[in-house]
Amino acid sequence: MIKGILDLIRNTFTQLITLKMVLHHTFSPPDTVQYPEQMPYLPPRYRARIILTRDPDGEERCVSCNLCAVACPVDCIVLQKTESEDGRWYPEFFRINFSRCVMCGMCEEACPTYAIQLTPDFEMCEYDRSNMVYEKEHLLIDGCGKYPGYSFWNVSGKTISGKDKGEAENEAEPVDVRSLMP
Amino acid sequence: MPTIIVDGISYQVDANDNLLEALLGLGLDLPYFCWHPSMGSIGSCRQCAVIQYQDEDDQQGRLVMSCMTPVTEGAILSIDAEPAAEFRSAVIENLMINHPHDCPVCEEGGECHLQDMTVMAGHSMRHYKGLKTTHRNQYLGPLLNHEMNRCIACYRCVRYYQDYAGGTDLAVFGSRGRVYFGRHEDGVLQSEFAGNLVEVCPTGVFTDKPLSERYTRKWDLQSAPAVCTGCSMGCNISVAERYGELRRIHNRYNSEVNGYFLCDRGRFGGGFVNHEDRIRRCGVRNASGVYDPVSKQQMLEKVSALISAAGSKVVAIGSPRASLESNHLLGKLVGRENFYSGLSGREQSIINAIYAIQQTGGARIPTLREVEAADAVLILGEDVTNTSARLALSLRQTVRNRSKEMANQIQIPLWHDAAVRKLAQDEKSPLVLVTASEDRLEDVSCLTHRAGPDDTARIGYAIANIIDNRYSRPADLTDNEQTLAASIASILKNAEKPLIISGSGSLNLAVVEAAANVAWALKGENKDSGLIYCVPECNSLGVTMLHDGNSNNLDDLLSGSDDIDVAIVLENDLYRRAGSTAINSWLGKVKNLVVIDQLDNPTASVATLVLPAASFAETEGTLVNYEGRAQRSFAAFLPQGDIQGSWQWLLDIADQVGTQKFGSIRQFDQVTEDIAAQNAALSGVTKAAPDASYRSGAGQKIARMTHRASGRTAMVADVTMYEPQQPVDNTSALAFTMEGANLIKPGEVPSSLTPYIWSPGWNSNQAIIKFQAETGGALTDSDPGVRLIATASPVADLHTRHTTIPAITRHQGGSLQLVPGYHLFGSEELSAYSKAIAELTPRGYFAVHPDVAGQLGVADHDGLETQINGANVQLEVVVSESVARQCVVYSYGIDATGELVHEKRGTFKKAESWESSRPSNLIMSDR
Ligand code: SF4
Ligand code: SF4
Ligand code: SF4
Ligand code: SF4
Ligand code: FES
Repeated sequence: MIKGILDLIRNTFTQLITLKMVLHHTFSPPDTVQYPEQMPYLPPRYRARIILTRDPDGEERCVSCNLCAVACPVDCIVLQKTESEDGRWYPEFFRINFSRCVMCGMCEEACPTYAIQLTPDFEMCEYDRSNMVYEKEHLLIDGCGKYPGYSFWNVSGKTISGKDKGEAENEAEPVDVRSLMP
Repeated sequence: MPTIIVDGISYQVDANDNLLEALLGLGLDLPYFCWHPSMGSIGSCRQCAVIQYQDEDDQQGRLVMSCMTPVTEGAILSIDAEPAAEFRSAVIENLMINHPHDCPVCEEGGECHLQDMTVMAGHSMRHYKGLKTTHRNQYLGPLLNHEMNRCIACYRCVRYYQDYAGGTDLAVFGSRGRVYFGRHEDGVLQSEFAGNLVEVCPTGVFTDKPLSERYTRKWDLQSAPAVCTGCSMGCNISVAERYGELRRIHNRYNSEVNGYFLCDRGRFGGGFVNHEDRIRRCGVRNASGVYDPVSKQQMLEKVSALISAAGSKVVAIGSPRASLESNHLLGKLVGRENFYSGLSGREQSIINAIYAIQQTGGARIPTLREVEAADAVLILGEDVTNTSARLALSLRQTVRNRSKEMANQIQIPLWHDAAVRKLAQDEKSPLVLVTASEDRLEDVSCLTHRAGPDDTARIGYAIANIIDNRYSRPADLTDNEQTLAASIASILKNAEKPLIISGSGSLNLAVVEAAANVAWALKGENKDSGLIYCVPECNSLGVTMLHDGNSNNLDDLLSGSDDIDVAIVLENDLYRRAGSTAINSWLGKVKNLVVIDQLDNPTASVATLVLPAASFAETEGTLVNYEGRAQRSFAAFLPQGDIQGSWQWLLDIADQVGTQKFGSIRQFDQVTEDIAAQNAALSGVTKAAPDASYRSGAGQKIARMTHRASGRTAMVADVTMYEPQQPVDNTSALAFTMEGANLIKPGEVPSSLTPYIWSPGWNSNQAIIKFQAETGGALTDSDPGVRLIATASPVADLHTRHTTIPAITRHQGGSLQLVPGYHLFGSEELSAYSKAIAELTPRGYFAVHPDVAGQLGVADHDGLETQINGANVQLEVVVSESVARQCVVYSYGIDATGELVHEKRGTFKKAESWESSRPSNLIMSDR
C-alpha cells in the first residue's frame, strides 16, 4: 500500500520534469546546423579528401615510393614509378579510388615526402561512382599543403639536376678516391 | 654432432659450420652482412657478434664474431645477452652514419637486407650529427645501376665479383672512410655474372636497371616459380609481373642447380616478353601480305578446316625451346610419323648421340653442385661461359678444390675464406681447355689448347686411348697431339673425380663421342668420372627424349619432295636452323603454313596463319635440362589479347577438329600424365611439381602475390568500378591473388611451387635461409625437379662404340672449317630481343687468326664473304690471335646463322664491296 503511494509520487514527479524539459526545448534556439548554407569549422588536420602536393620549387613532391599504397588498408591507391630527365622519381600515374577510401590517413602517415595529405574537404558526392576515381591531375595541387618548405630531394642522397652529390643537407663533398691523405 | 647451448637451450649442430651458419641454420635470427653462404666469412662487418662464455661459471663472457668462430662441443653462447645486443646495435648505427636518406627512391627498398638487419639489430634513432660522406656514381652498362652512397663497405661485391665469379673490372679503391666499390672508370661491367650483384650486395648500391625503369616494389610483384629458358642449365628463377608486364627475374634457390646465382642472360633476358614485336592477336595473311586480325574462334575454325579437309597432308615442326607438353600435343595432333623435332639434322644427330651416351650409364651426369666437387676438368670444344654460363660459374669454384685440400691439411675451416685463399695463392685444381677460340675460362685453366672441332675430337680420342688402350686411337697422330694428349691424360689420371665437359656447341659429332670415350676410359680406371654435355636450348634434351631419340628432324622434312597442305610450326624460327634457299624452296611446296609463336620472327612473317603463343612467363610447361632433370615452370600472369599457351592452342584445335586422338585430355595435367604414360623415358615428369589439385595444409591454393600486395581496389578503377574477380587458374595449384597459402608459415608451400622468397623480418632473397634444411644446403622440402636419366650400371663394351675419328684438319686454299662462336648476349633467340641484352650484343662477324687474315688479305673491319648453300654471306672480319688457325669462327645466332650452321667448311674471300658499319673516327676507348 505504502509502496504504491510512493511509486505514484515518484512517477508524477518524473512526468513533471519531462514536461519541463520539453517546454524548455520548445523555446530554446535549435542545435541543427544549416549545412550547406552554414559551414562547420573543421581543423586543418581533419581527415578527408586526399591531395598530392608540390615541393617548394613547384615540382611534384611524390617520388612514387609506393609506401602510401602499401599502407592503405583498403588498397585504394595505385601508382607507377617513372623517372624524369633530371633524375627525379615521380609517378607516371597516380590513382585513388575514393569510393573505397576510408579517410583513415594511413597514407599520409606513411608518406616520407609529405606529398600525400588529407584535407578537411569531405564533400565528395557523386551520382556516378566512377567520378570518385581521382587521377594524378585531379589530386595534384599547386602548393605545399600543410608542410611548407620541406623538400625530400634536399635530404636525399640521389642526384637530381641542380643538386649534385654533396649538396644535400648534411652532406660532405664527394670523396676523392685517389687521395692518399690519411 | 657437437651440442651448443644458446641462451640456455641446447642444440645439435654441424661441426664444420661456423657459429653464424649454425645459429641461422637453427632458425635463430642474427644480423650479418659480410658472410655469404657460398662465399664464407671474412669478419669485416662485425655485425654478427654474440657472447661466448668460458664455462658455466663465467657470468661475463666475451664478444665473438659468430661468423669467424668455429662450432665447438659444449660452447655456451648468448645472442640476447645485453652486451651483444648493444654491440650489434652500435655497429649498425656506425654503418648507418653515412647512409643517405634514400629508401623511398631506392630500388632495394622493401627487399633490403640492410633495412632488415637494421630493424633486427634494433637501431632506430640517428645520433650522429656530422656530415655524411658522399660518392659519385658510375655508369656500369645497361644492366646495373650504381648508387655508391648506399654502401656499407661489407666487401661482398668485390669478393663475389673477383673471387667467386672471376671478374677483373670491379674493385675497391681508396682508403679509410673513402673506400669506393666500382670500376677504374665508367663502363660496362665485363663479367657474365655481374647481375648477381643485385642480390649479393646487401644494400641498394647495385640494382637491376631494367626493373628500375618500370620499378615495382617486391611486395607488389606477382611472381611464379619458373625455369630459365636461356640455355640448357635449367636454372630456377622467380619471374615477376605487374600491370601485365614482366618486371624482373630473380634467383630461385635450388641447391642442386643454380644455388644462389644466375647468369646475366637469365636475369636480364626476359625482356622479350614485353617486346613490341610480340604477336598478340590471331592473324590471317591477306593477298597483300599483311595480316588481318581474326577472333580466336575464327582462327580455330580456319585451322581446323585446313587440317580436317579430306586427304590433306599435315606435318608439324616441334621446337627445343617449347615445353614437353606443347611438343607432345603437336606430335599427337598430326601423328608421330608427321612430326619433326624442329632441330636441324646436324644438331639432332649430335643430341641423339648425347642422349644415347647418357643412357649407357658409363659416367655420372653431375649436377651443378656436384660439378663443384670435381678435382680435374677437361673441356672439349665447348665455350661453356657463352653457351651454358651458370656451369662456368660452378667451374670457377671447382678449381678451388686444390685450395680446400690444402686448407684441410692444416685444418683451416673451409668457411674461413680469406685464410683459405691466402694459403692457396694461385694454386688451382687443373682445368684443361681444348677449344677453337678465345675462352673466358682461360684465366683459371692450367692448360689451354686451340684446335678446330675435328682436331679437338682427335685429341679427345687420343687421351682416351692413352688412359685405356682398348679405345680407338687416331691413326696419324702428330707429335704435338701425342704430347698434349699424354699430359692431359696424366692430369686426369691423377684425379679422383675427373669431370669431362663437352657439348653440341661445336656442332661436331666426333667431339661429343671423343668426350664420352675419355669419361668412360677414366671410369674404367676406377675414377668417379663425370660427363656433362651442354645442349643448345632449354628443352633440346626434352624433345629428343620425347620420341626416345627417334624423331624425324627438320632436314628430313625440308629435303622431302612431297607437297604439303598444312605445316604447323611450333615456336621455332626455321630460318635460324636451315638455309633460306632450302626453306624457301620447301615453302613452295607448302600450301598453308601455320605458325604458333611468341615474336614476329622471319618464319612468322611468311606464315598463312599466325597464332599468338604465351611466353615462359605466361604459361606452364615442363623442361628437361642438360642432366635430364625435368622441371616445371609456371605462369606469373595471364597474357593479354588472344595469347595463350601453345599447348592450350593445340588442345583447342584438337577440340575444334573433334579428333578422337586426344581422348579425354582437356587439362594441362592430363597432358603431362599422357606424356608420362606414352614415353617410358619420361615417366617421371608428373613428379616435377604437384598438380593443379594440390592444396596446402589449410586446403588453399598458393598465392602468387604477396600478402601485402597493394592497389587492388584501384588497379582497374579507371576502366570499371566493378572490381572484377581475380583471374582463375585451373591449370596449376597457384592462384593469381594475394589470398591463399603464402610463405608466412614455413612449410606451407612446396619448393617447386614457391613463387618468391620471403619470411617475417627477412624481406630480401636472403630469407632463403629460413627454407633450407641446413644453411647453404638443400631446401627443407627437397629441391625442385626430378631426374629422368637413371644412372644404371654401365653398358658393356663401351670402348667399341665410338671409333669414327676425323682426319687432321688442314687449311686448304680459302677453305676453312666453320665454327660457331657463341655470345651470352645475342646467341640465344628470345633473350636477344630484350632491350638490355640487345645493347650488349656484338655485330655479326667472321673471326680468323692473323695468319689466315694475311693469306686472305683482310684486316679488322674488312668484310669476308662466302658462297654457301646458294646464299652469299658477308660479315665483318675480326682478327684474333686466339682463333685456331684452320677455322673461321662466326657469330652464332646473330647474323646469317641459318645459312652457316649446316656446313662444316666454307671457302672465303675478301668481300670487295664491304663497308664497315662501324662509325669512323672513334678513339680507342669508345670501342
Ligand atoms: S607515400 Fe608519398 S611519396 Fe610515396 S608514393 Fe605515396 S604519395 Fe608518393
Ligand atoms: S640500401 Fe636499403 S636502407 Fe639504404 S636506402 Fe636503399 S632501401 Fe634504404
Ligand atoms: S657495394 Fe654493396 S656489396 Fe659492395 S661493399 Fe658496398 S654494400 Fe657491400
Ligand atoms: S645459365 Fe642458362 S639457364 Fe642459367 S640463368 Fe643463364 S641462361 Fe638461364
Ligand atoms: S657477418 Fe660476421 S663479421 Fe660480417
